[in-house]
Amino acid sequence: MSSNRKISKEEYQKLADKHEKKRPIVKNCMIAFFVGGTISLIGQVISFIYIYFFDFSEQTVGDPTVATLIFITMLLTGFGVYDKIAQFSGAGTAVPVTGFGNAVISAAIEHRTEGFVQGVGGNMFKLAGSVILFGVFSAFVIALTKTILIQMGVI
Amino acid sequence: MVFIWAFLIGGLICLIGQLIMDIFKKTPGQTLSILVVMGAILAGFELYEPLIDFAGAGATVPITSFGNSLVHGAMQEAEKSGIIGVATGMFEVTSSGISSAIVFGMIGALIFKPKG
Repeated sequence: MSSNRKISKEEYQKLADKHEKKRPIVKNCMIAFFVGGTISLIGQVISFIYIYFFDFSEQTVGDPTVATLIFITMLLTGFGVYDKIAQFSGAGTAVPVTGFGNAVISAAIEHRTEGFVQGVGGNMFKLAGSVILFGVFSAFVIALTKTILIQMGVI
Repeated sequence: MVFIWAFLIGGLICLIGQLIMDIFKKTPGQTLSILVVMGAILAGFELYEPLIDFAGAGATVPITSFGNSLVHGAMQEAEKSGIIGVATGMFEVTSSGISSAIVFGMIGALIFKPKG
């Protein structure tokens, strides 16, 4: 029986590779570039508004811009629009902070039926947690190394 | 002019993310982690601040800025209080992204119902 034939791992990998859909890399990259660029452009417009109508400088405007973008993400995620955009734009919607916001907010909304402590609290950082972990840990190592080097007078 | 640069640099960082996803076959979670670490490394060499000066939101909106502001906060505090500042100052600059994600996540969970 050929259907019961045991196949080795390598054979399986070959078979899986053959049947895997080829990823349209160029097309994906162009979409990611345009969607990501557009989100950054929207961020720049928000920054511009904060600088001109409120008292922010170009150095401090990053924080309110990020907060505003995440607020917009909350609305788009809640109404189910963000997922539709994210489906075709890949990294274009994942890489901007809106992707981070979407990961947190969608997990929070999805698990609310399990209760606010167990569900929302326990699952909120399920996806975004690794970003915080690796960001904080690498920042710690880098800042520590740099501080030691400065104190030793190397740099 | 900064609007065009914001579009180009923001798009470019997303394009790099897409390449990591497609060529090295990483999941979005892994890709974001790699980009955050890249941002932190660039900040360590003081290369990220000039990028923000020049591309504005193009550099602050992608997740790489998260790594940058973590290193930035840690270094700022380290200059004042030495090595202990590395741990205590870490979230000083980054707080806005994380706190707004938490706050809006909670508000979202309160007002929206899960679909499907």
